[in-house]
Amino acid sequence: MNAIFLLEQALNGLQFGLMLFLLASGLTLVFGIMDLINLAHGSLYMLGAYMMVTCFAVTGSFWLALPLALLATALVAMLLEVLIVRRLYRRDHLAQVLATFGLILCLNEGVRMLWGPHQLSMDVPALLAGSLPVLPGLQYPAYRLAIIVLGAAVAAGLFWLVNRTRVGMLIRAGASNREMATALGVDIRLLFTLVFGLGAALCALAGAVLGPLLSISVGMGESIIILAFVVVVIGGIGSVRGALVGAILVGMVDTLGRAILPGALRSLLRPELADSMAAAAASVSIYVLMALVLVWRPAGLFPTRG
Amino acid sequence: MTHTLRGALRALAIALPAVVALPVAQAQDKLRIGFLSTLTGPISGLAVDMQDGFNLGIKQAGGRLGGLETELIVADDQQNPDTGKQVFDKLVKKDRVQIVTGTLFTNVMNAIGPIAFREKVFFINANNGPAQFAGEQCNPFYFNVAWQGETPAEAMGKYASDKGLKKVYVVAPNFPAGQANVGGFKRFYKGGIAGETFVKLGQLDFSVEIGQIRSAKPDAVYVYLFGGMAVNFLKQFHQAGLTKETQVIGPGFGFDDDTIRGVGDALVGSLNAWWWNRDFDNPQNRKFVADYQAEYKRPPSLYAAQGYDAAMLIDAGVRAAGGKLGDKEALRKALATAPFKSVRGDFKFGANQNPVMTYYLRQVVKDAQGNISNKTVAPLLPNHADAYGGACRMG
Amino acid sequence: MSTTPLAATQRPPAAPRWPAALAAASGLLALLFPLLMQALDQPFYTGLATRILIFAIVVSSLNLILGFGGMVSFGHAAFLGTGAYTVGILSLEATKKIGLLPGTESAWIAWPAAALASGLLALVIGALSLRTRGIYFIMITLAFAQMLYYICVSLKMYGGDDGLNLASRSHAGFGVDLGDDRHFYYVVLALFAATLFGMHRLVRSRFGRVIEGIRENEARMQAIGYATTRYKLVCFAIAGALAGLGGALLANQNLFVSPNMMSWFQSGSLLMMLIVGGVGCLWGGPIGALVFLVLEEVMSGYTQRWQFVMGAALIGIVLFAPRGIVGAFKRRGG
Repeated sequence: MNAIFLLEQALNGLQFGLMLFLLASGLTLVFGIMDLINLAHGSLYMLGAYMMVTCFAVTGSFWLALPLALLATALVAMLLEVLIVRRLYRRDHLAQVLATFGLILCLNEGVRMLWGPHQLSMDVPALLAGSLPVLPGLQYPAYRLAIIVLGAAVAAGLFWLVNRTRVGMLIRAGASNREMATALGVDIRLLFTLVFGLGAALCALAGAVLGPLLSISVGMGESIIILAFVVVVIGGIGSVRGALVGAILVGMVDTLGRAILPGALRSLLRPELADSMAAAAASVSIYVLMALVLVWRPAGLFPTRG
Repeated sequence: MTHTLRGALRALAIALPAVVALPVAQAQDKLRIGFLSTLTGPISGLAVDMQDGFNLGIKQAGGRLGGLETELIVADDQQNPDTGKQVFDKLVKKDRVQIVTGTLFTNVMNAIGPIAFREKVFFINANNGPAQFAGEQCNPFYFNVAWQGETPAEAMGKYASDKGLKKVYVVAPNFPAGQANVGGFKRFYKGGIAGETFVKLGQLDFSVEIGQIRSAKPDAVYVYLFGGMAVNFLKQFHQAGLTKETQVIGPGFGFDDDTIRGVGDALVGSLNAWWWNRDFDNPQNRKFVADYQAEYKRPPSLYAAQGYDAAMLIDAGVRAAGGKLGDKEALRKALATAPFKSVRGDFKFGANQNPVMTYYLRQVVKDAQGNISNKTVAPLLPNHADAYGGACRMG
Repeated sequence: MSTTPLAATQRPPAAPRWPAALAAASGLLALLFPLLMQALDQPFYTGLATRILIFAIVVSSLNLILGFGGMVSFGHAAFLGTGAYTVGILSLEATKKIGLLPGTESAWIAWPAAALASGLLALVIGALSLRTRGIYFIMITLAFAQMLYYICVSLKMYGGDDGLNLASRSHAGFGVDLGDDRHFYYVVLALFAATLFGMHRLVRSRFGRVIEGIRENEARMQAIGYATTRYKLVCFAIAGALAGLGGALLANQNLFVSPNMMSWFQSGSLLMMLIVGGVGCLWGGPIGALVFLVLEEVMSGYTQRWQFVMGAALIGIVLFAPRGIVGAFKRRGG
C-alpha cells in the first residue's frame, strides 16, 4: 500500500461520490420539496444513458449528444410528472412507493421494447480517451478526471441555483409553505414540474456520462437507486449540502472499503475465511455507515426539517 | 364487501387456472421442451442468443426434433433461483415437459436440478456446469452439452504455466461458480498468484480493483467475467493504461462477440481458452454459422452454439431411442452416446455425462478490414474431461 | 413531512358481517381445494395455493407492523429469509453434517427455532431502528436486510449465492407426511387460520389498542404514560417471528433457500402485496398475496411483457383504488 495506490483509490472514491451526488441531489430535492419518494429515479438515470446512445448515433458527436440526451430525458420526465406523478404529491409515502415501483417496471419494459434486450456500449470521446500522469507511476483515466470536474461544477451550480437565484428562492418558498407561496402568485404546479425535470436532468447527466464507462443495460438503475437513497438519508432529506457530503462519504467508504478491507482481513485471518468476510464487508460497508449515522443522528447529518 | 370479494376472488382463482389449463395437450408422442432462462435483466441478451441457436436447431429438423412434433415452452427465471423453481415446477407439473434446458446461472440450476431428477425430467445443461452435478450429485437425468465450470480455467492455467508466467492476478465474481472456476485455474497453473479479487456479481465499476492490480504489477491478469461485467472491466482496464504491460487472459465467454462489440480495439491481443470458435472448419459448424447468419442477420455467438448443440443432441438422442419418450432409461442411454455431430468437432460424454472435448487457445485479432474476432491459435488440452468424474457414482 | 401510512386515514377496521352461507362456501372451497385439484389432475395448483397461503401469513405479519403499528419496514424479507435459512441450515446439518451446528429435520424443533431466530433478530434490528422515523426508518430497516443478504451470500459452506437444497420436507410425525403436497397444504392452511385468528385477537386486545393508539398519535400515548417504543418493539418482534415461521414454511414448500429470499426486491414485493390487498385490514395480507401471486402466475404464462402490465396495474391501483382492494370494497361511513 503506497501513495500511488491511495491516491488512485481516493480519486476513484471521489468520482463515484460525485456521480452519486448527481443522482442524490435530484432525489433529495424532489423528496424535500414535493415530499415525494420516487423509486423510479434510477430509471431516469437508465433512460438518460439510453438517450445518450441514440443521440450519439444520430449526431455522431459526444458533445452534441449530451445536452440533447439531457433535454430528451427531462422532457419525458416532465411528461410523466404531468400525467402520473403529480397525483402522488398529496398521497402518503406508501402509495408513492407502490406507484413509482410500477413506473420502474413500465420504464424497464419500455426501454427493452425500444432498444432491445442486449446491452449497449458507447465509447469515451476521443479527446478524453487517454490517461493523464497524475503522479509519476499513476496514469489515471482522463475521462474519470473529467467526471470529477463535471461533478464539482454541477455541485457548485446547484448551490448557486438554490441559494442565490430567484428560482431557487421560489423553490425554497414552495417547499416551506406551499399555500402561502401560491397565495403570493407562485405557480406551484409549474414549479414542481420544473423541479422534477431538473432532478431528471441531473440523473440523465449521470447516466449519459457514465454510459461510456459502464455498459448500458435494462435495469441498470435498480442497483444505483438504493445507493442514492442511502446518500439522501445520510445527508438529510431536502438538503443539497447533505447530499454532497453524504455522497462523498458513501463514495469514499465504499471505495476504500473495497480497496483496503480484503488485504487487511487477509493479513488477520485464514485466507478462505478472509475472502468470504472481505466480500461481505465490502458490500456491507455503506449500510453499516448509514446505520451508524442514523443511530447517532436519526434525521441525517443536515436535516432541513425538525 | 370483503366477504363477497373474497369469495369472488377465490372462485376466480379456481376458474382461471382451470380455463388456462384446458388447452394443454396430453399426447405422449409430442416432445415438450422447457426453455427456462434469464429473459429479463442485463444478461438477457445471452439467453436470446442461446434460444436463437436452439430454435435454429428445431427449424433445421423441420419442427420435429427426433422425428417428434416439438413444442418449446419458454419461461423466465429472472436470474432468481426462487422464481426459477416456481416456474420449473409449473413446467413439470402443468406443462409436463420431458426435457428442460436453457438455464444460464448456476444458482437456478442448483434450485431446479433436484426437482428435475425427482420428476425424471431430463436436464440438458447448455451452459456452465456446476461441480456438484459433475461429481457427487451426478444423475442419470443430467447432461451437460456445453462445458463443466472449471474446464476453461484449467485450460488457461495450463497455458499460463507452459508460457512460464510468474505472477498472475485473478479477478472473478463472488459466487460459487466464480470461486470454483478460480480453483480450476489454480489447479493447472503452477506459477505465483499476484493477488485475488472477488467482485460483487453484477458489479459495473472496477476502478478499485484496477487500482489493486496496478499496485500488484502482475505479468498477466486472469479475468473470469461475462456480460456487462466483462465489457466494463476490459474497457476500464484499457483506459487505465494497463493493457500495454499486462497480458489479459480468461475463459472464452468473457471475450466473445458481445464483449468485442462493447470493448472494441482494446480487446485485441487478449488470449482466451474455449472449445468452439466460429472459424472451426468442420461441415456441421460451417452449416450452423451460415444458417444462423441467414436466419438472424448476425453471426452466432458461443451461447448460440451451445443452444444449437443442445438441440442437435436432443434430436439425435430421441431419434436413436426410436422416439419412445416413455422409456427413460433407453433415452438416457441414447443421449449418453452423444450420437450427434457437434459444431465443435469431436465430442463425447464422460461417464458423468459431462463433456470430454478439446480446449483451444484463441486470440482476439483485428483483420485487414478492421473486423475484430477470435482466431483459433492452437489446442491446449486435447480430449479433456472435468475434474469431478471420479466423485460421480452413477450406477 | 407526512408519513402517516394509508391505514391512518381509515377508520379502524370494523368487524366484518359475513352472511354465513358465503363464509361457509369460501371456507369449504379452501378445505377441499387439494382434493379438487387432484380430481382435475392439476396437482400443480395445490402447490400454488400453498404458496399463496404462506405468503398470506408473511404479508399479514407485515400488516401487523405496518397497518396496525404504522411502521413502514423495507426490510421485512430479512425475517422471512432468516426463518427459511434456519430450517435449511438445520436440515443440511442433519443430512450432510457440516459440523458447525447441530442439525435436525423435525418440524417440531426446526419451525419454532425459525420463529425464535427471526423474532430475536427482529428484536435487535427493531431496537436499533426504532430510534428513527419515517423514511429514515424505511432506509435503516432496508440497510439491515441488505447486510443480512450479503452475509448469506458469503456463507460458502451453506451454499452462498447458489443457495441450499433441502433433502426433504421437515418431519412432522403422527402419520403426517409433509412431503405429500396435500398434507402440507392442510398444515399450512391450519397455520394460516391460526395466524389470522391470532391477529384478530391481538388487534382487539389491550396490546393491540395501545399499538393503534401509538400509530394514531404517539405523542399523546407518551403523554398518557405508555412506553411507546417498548410496545412498538414487541410488535416488531412478534411480526418478525411470524415472518420467520412463514420462511420456514416457504423453505419446506420450495425445498430450497437462497439469499434472494432476503433481497430488497423481496421486501418490496411484500410491501406491494400488502398495499394491493389493503393496509390495516385484517384480510389485507391474504387478499394481497392471493391477487399478486395469481396475477403474476397468469400473466407470466401469457406474455413476456408481463412486467409492463404489472407496472401499469400497480399504478392503476394506486391512482384509482387507493385503499387497496379490501379497502375499496369496505363501505364508506359504515
